[in-house]
Amino acid sequence: MSQSTTDPRAFRAPPRRPLRLSWSDERVRGIVWQVLVVGLLGAVVWWLWSNTVHNLEVRRIATGFGFLRREAGLPIAESLIEYNPTDTYLRALTVGLLNTLKVAVVGIVLATLIGTLVGIARLSRNWLLARLAAIYVEVIRDLPLLLQLLFWYAILQGLPGPRQAMQPVAGIFLSNRGLKMPWVEWQDAHSFALLAFVLGAVGTWLYRRAALQKQMQDGQPRRLWPVALGAMVALPLAVWAAFGAPWTIDWPELRGFNFRGGMTISPEYFALLLGLTLYTAGFIAEIVRAGILAVPQGQWEAAQALGLHPGQVLNRIVLPQALRVIIPPMTSQYLNITKNSSLAVAIGYQDIVSIANTTLNQTGQAIEGIAIIMLVYLTISLSISLFMNWYNARIALVER
Amino acid sequence: MSDLTLETSVAKVPEAAPRSPPASQIGLVGWLRTNLFSSWLNSAVTLLVAYLVIRWLIGFVEWGIVNAVWSVPNNQTQACRDLKGIGACWAVVTEKHRFILFGTYPYEEHWRPALCILLFVGLYVVSAMRRFWRKELALVWIAVLAAIGVLMWGGVLGLSYVPQERWGGLVITLILATFGLAFAFPLAILVALGRRSRLPAIKAICVLYVELIRGVPLISLLFMASVMFPLFLPEGMNIDKLLRAQIAIILFAGAYLAEVVRGGLQALSKGQYEAADALGLSYWKKTGLIILPQALRLVIPPLVNTFIGFFKDTSLVLIIGIFDLLTAGKTAIIEPAWQGFGVEVYLTVGAIYFVFCFAMSKYSQRLEAEFNRHRRR
Repeated sequence: MSQSTTDPRAFRAPPRRPLRLSWSDERVRGIVWQVLVVGLLGAVVWWLWSNTVHNLEVRRIATGFGFLRREAGLPIAESLIEYNPTDTYLRALTVGLLNTLKVAVVGIVLATLIGTLVGIARLSRNWLLARLAAIYVEVIRDLPLLLQLLFWYAILQGLPGPRQAMQPVAGIFLSNRGLKMPWVEWQDAHSFALLAFVLGAVGTWLYRRAALQKQMQDGQPRRLWPVALGAMVALPLAVWAAFGAPWTIDWPELRGFNFRGGMTISPEYFALLLGLTLYTAGFIAEIVRAGILAVPQGQWEAAQALGLHPGQVLNRIVLPQALRVIIPPMTSQYLNITKNSSLAVAIGYQDIVSIANTTLNQTGQAIEGIAIIMLVYLTISLSISLFMNWYNARIALVER
Repeated sequence: MSDLTLETSVAKVPEAAPRSPPASQIGLVGWLRTNLFSSWLNSAVTLLVAYLVIRWLIGFVEWGIVNAVWSVPNNQTQACRDLKGIGACWAVVTEKHRFILFGTYPYEEHWRPALCILLFVGLYVVSAMRRFWRKELALVWIAVLAAIGVLMWGGVLGLSYVPQERWGGLVITLILATFGLAFAFPLAILVALGRRSRLPAIKAICVLYVELIRGVPLISLLFMASVMFPLFLPEGMNIDKLLRAQIAIILFAGAYLAEVVRGGLQALSKGQYEAADALGLSYWKKTGLIILPQALRLVIPPLVNTFIGFFKDTSLVLIIGIFDLLTAGKTAIIEPAWQGFGVEVYLTVGAIYFVFCFAMSKYSQRLEAEFNRHRRR
């Protein structure tokens, strides 16, 4: 029926004019412009390319990624995987990449937490707390990140040496060698318990999905917490107990001029993490604040009028709406944290940029070194934005 | 009728004298009660925060003012070392402030970069005033930037020649930011227009440029400028380091500004484009006379915010060894006598950055409020 009522003229294609070879034909102009721009750009690229090839020949630099298999001979202070200077450049770069991810992932989590707290504090009815949060945001956002990193690093370096280390809590030492804290001696049992926890978390998530679907059918809400408790706490504990429940704590001890044992957070990593987290938290706080303010007051009042208790108001009514406003700008903050972690090179934390830079200085492979850095960041940026787009699509407003 | 009875009954009630609200609701006490001590939890938070703030403030005043050393005779930093961290050593700033502001520029000629800084600030102030927003402003920019070039380089009008390697300090930061802005902005407009173009090749080039630049950190571009640019150029041709970094910053800022401008182009209603087409305007007339004046006005507040980010990002040139404000600060404490006084220097340098960024940020907020005023009506 609907087809017969539609105006048939809407389906008629516009008349096709033959292409006239004249400047007044829009399509001809378009083609000419494009050929011109592409040609010009191509010429510039070709000119740069031929210069580069010539320069490389003159300087006898061989191109290609063959250097990756050569021995690196560059010492790396901290690494998540086994590494010594006799390993290849490829392995050194992998260590750098892992170091970048280490600071980016931890930074994202901490910045989100602190940023959310500050954002909420800025909306607090407590005048003092709100003013303090506002001052924090203003100051932190108006100072260059690099300056903040250097500042924190200068403060950490100005701390007393290991012998006069500060001890804020018994067993935790803060000195110019970084932060030392007790840590469990890692054994297989712990790895398996961790694996059990991850499996438990996945299981809980699957159960939640199934329970929500069932609830859609019969309207019965199902309790989530017994399953979560069993799968994420009891199961790992059982696995850990099955392996004999090993529990030895490795306390840091002062031996000679430095500490032995325990876990170390190097001053470089600590300063980078502190700077990145506090800086990005300032931006995240503003995003969270804007997101919460974007939910109209009527929504709060309507939810309260329905008799929901405050937790439910926040969880079911306000947050889902605020998140829609928060997620897109949050994505770009996560991307910024990752990209800004490249400033590590200024304070001597060996991330991918720092190691690639040393590599290109040692081998002279400037083009390949820069290409590696760019490729790594493009890949990370793309992955984060794909994930966040997926999440954004999931929480987006579903309209009938 | 019921109205009438109601009225009369009301009228018969003797008018009560207006009473002021209870003392606990108004004035200082009322304010304190609503804003700081509205509940037990709130009072606890207030007291805790107040305690921490006051303790920190006392500590800071003791460190920064009471116990501080303001100057020392000829590089004898023993007085500072004796403080052992309980007081600030502002002597490092007193001693090195010329170096931090002007770098290694010849000492007798320091008035030249100082004048340049004033010219830059004047340029910003004039550009910020709405009554000067007209075409002539572009000419003012060109004139001032040319004057700054003459002042810095010298070699004419009786000014002695100062090679670029000796420039440094605050003026380099301002040069990188201002010249970067002046060139990145037109580039950004072209790219934003290109990205919305119907011509597939031009659109593809613009999308590729923007996404590629936005996906990588500025440092990688600066590294590219410092180690790869020399390979790109024919033998014997050499661009100095500052210019190379400037090009990298322009390319970087161009991509980010382009996205802001594109936001403005998209926010404009379709009717404006169609109306311009209907008048028979050419593409460039349509863009220049109808679209851009409206689109740019819409995005001025986010543009200022991007400028702030971009002003802060110029500090990254430290990593490739260009002598901007932050590098000058970092270099000032390399000398053994002054080692270990980084905190004081970074606080001072931070204060300079803060003044510029805070002014821009307040300006952008005021502008936004002004632009939104007509919508509230």
